[in-house]
Amino acid sequence: MLKRALENLGNRTIQGVWRMGFATRFFFAVLMHSGTAFRRFGLTIREMYFTGVLSLIIILVSGLFVGMVLGLQGYETLQTYGSEEALGVLVALSLVRELGPVVAALLFASRAGSAITAEIGLMKATEQLSAMEMMAVDPIARVVAPRFWAGVISMPLLAALFSAMGVLGGYLVGVQLIGVDEGSFWAQMQSAVDFEQDILNGVLKSAVFGVAITAIALFEGYDAPPTAEGVSGATTRTVVTSSLAVLALDFVLTAFMFRGLN
Amino acid sequence: MNKTVLDLWVGLFVVAGIAALLFLALKVGSMNTVNAADSYDVVARFENIGGLKARAPVKSAGVVVGRVDSIQFDTELYEAKVTIRVDKRYPFPRDTSAAILTSGLLGEQYIGLAAGGDSVMLKSGDTLKITQDAVVLENLIGQFLYGKAQEGSPQ
Amino acid sequence: MQSDNLVEIAGVAFGYGARPVLKGINLTARRGQVVAIMGSSGCGKTTLLRLIGGQIKPGQGTVRVAGESVAELDQNGLYRLRRKMGMLFQFGALFTDMSVFDNVAFQLREHTDLPEDAIRDLVLMKLNAVGLRGAAQLMPAELSGGMARRVALARAIALDPMLVMYDEPFAGLDPISLGVTGNLIRRLTDTLGLTSLVVTHDVQESLKIVDYVYFVSDGVIVAEGTADEIRASDLPYVHQFVHGEADGPVPFHYPARAYADDLGLGGGRNA
Repeated sequence: MLKRALENLGNRTIQGVWRMGFATRFFFAVLMHSGTAFRRFGLTIREMYFTGVLSLIIILVSGLFVGMVLGLQGYETLQTYGSEEALGVLVALSLVRELGPVVAALLFASRAGSAITAEIGLMKATEQLSAMEMMAVDPIARVVAPRFWAGVISMPLLAALFSAMGVLGGYLVGVQLIGVDEGSFWAQMQSAVDFEQDILNGVLKSAVFGVAITAIALFEGYDAPPTAEGVSGATTRTVVTSSLAVLALDFVLTAFMFRGLN
Repeated sequence: MNKTVLDLWVGLFVVAGIAALLFLALKVGSMNTVNAADSYDVVARFENIGGLKARAPVKSAGVVVGRVDSIQFDTELYEAKVTIRVDKRYPFPRDTSAAILTSGLLGEQYIGLAAGGDSVMLKSGDTLKITQDAVVLENLIGQFLYGKAQEGSPQ
Repeated sequence: MQSDNLVEIAGVAFGYGARPVLKGINLTARRGQVVAIMGSSGCGKTTLLRLIGGQIKPGQGTVRVAGESVAELDQNGLYRLRRKMGMLFQFGALFTDMSVFDNVAFQLREHTDLPEDAIRDLVLMKLNAVGLRGAAQLMPAELSGGMARRVALARAIALDPMLVMYDEPFAGLDPISLGVTGNLIRRLTDTLGLTSLVVTHDVQESLKIVDYVYFVSDGVIVAEGTADEIRASDLPYVHQFVHGEADGPVPFHYPARAYADDLGLGGGRNA
């Protein structure tokens, strides 16, 4: 019984390491075959439509609501300390540093990441990738790499839009609805939010998330067993794995960026 | 989906994304990172800097004129050596004094500069002669209690 | 003078992991012929096509296409060779995100620098050859199974290959589409000077169009001959296959213990 369990564990570990190695090799193959994605940028633009433009609505609406909630909650808390004017700082810093990149990435993982996995998985299941290979066209260069770069380019733009909408949402609730002084809302925000420290680091974070999510989504699709359960399982794994990866990477990056500034 | 329509949408998406970035950069944050080319460094020494941090603002008359560049501990004089980066647009007289102040009762600490009357201006590498340390709340309370105790003792 | 044989397979063995699929296959396809490879489902016919296309490498033996050993080619050589091959996948494997026109134009756009109007003419010619010029702007999802197969065929011959491989071209088609597809394979082979390699288990349809037939069973070639020879063959396996008999050399039952034992009625050998 115990032996069985140990054997099982060992097997799973070996399988996991094996898959990890394959994933790494896949990732480098994508990087190596990225020439086409830039030489024929039309391919990448086409994929940006599916990953970026189609994610816009969910990103914009969620950003607005998250900002509005931050405005309400932040006001409640700050009011007890009599520093309501700091609402702008609270809303902007939490969005630009954390919520913008992270929540946008989580939404992106479930909206675009799952779509990428399902698409690649189905292309594999219906032998489209095989057919492409038989037509002397490398599917990694023609199908995978443009999707990868489209995701990497789209993610920071989506995160920036999310943060901007969030700040607007906070402004709407805080200034227009509750009546925090407009001047100090913006002024305090501006003096507290630093371009390099906060905004650029946020953009950098979201670019890293973009790389992680699209790489995971593409790999899961490419590695999916060519059956209906295989593809649906891979889609679920994409959302779970890339969400976990985003949160873990966020911790690591935050530790790097905002620690030990002195 | 027509190809040109698709291009248009992606174009709109990219423009909107960049506009959002610009909004964040200009309206939400301020590009107030003073860069080395347009500024000069002066040194101020303090016996106690309290909770002052690198990148804290340097203000004069309430206007941000620079940032704290670095904070070091001087092992010869056992003092804190604070390097301040001041915008070139704001020249200060040589006898300017620096004080570590707190915005509000519990807010962040910053350096306040009070201009003197000297006709010679500060240049890069100079040291401010007159400084005032951070007010440490515990010391203040200690002094207050000590004073009270002395007041009460004759009776 | 080029060799008469376009495809030469000699002593090829191949296995997935420990399970051998092919155990020493010898097969040749002459230029201009339609050659069928038949056998029951799962006997390694598709594996054979993948070996010829260079998607997998044989464990033993050599696969030669137009005189070149496929397994020894590097990526570039393989891609160069594949441009001269067309392959029709089992269910067409059309690119679902492109229209019929773009599917057929795919290779022309990837591998040539032809101007768009030349591509247009070529694509319409190929689509006309399979009778689907009118369907150029449809998406693959709007096509019936037979039509999708024909579009895939037009796509496979887009670059005028010398060899076209068909993986189960007759599977799941209605009788009319079946006849249409069979005739197309024969006609295109003759008019375009192709060589066709058809993997199938549809005996009746394929015997009408092929020049030569190989029977694969259990990883080896068990019979070969022209269509007439196969029809007249009295080899038990071929007879069973051609006439669709339920039991014979290919048993109806999956290997099992004695029936009586499984039911617990066994007299002597209770396991």
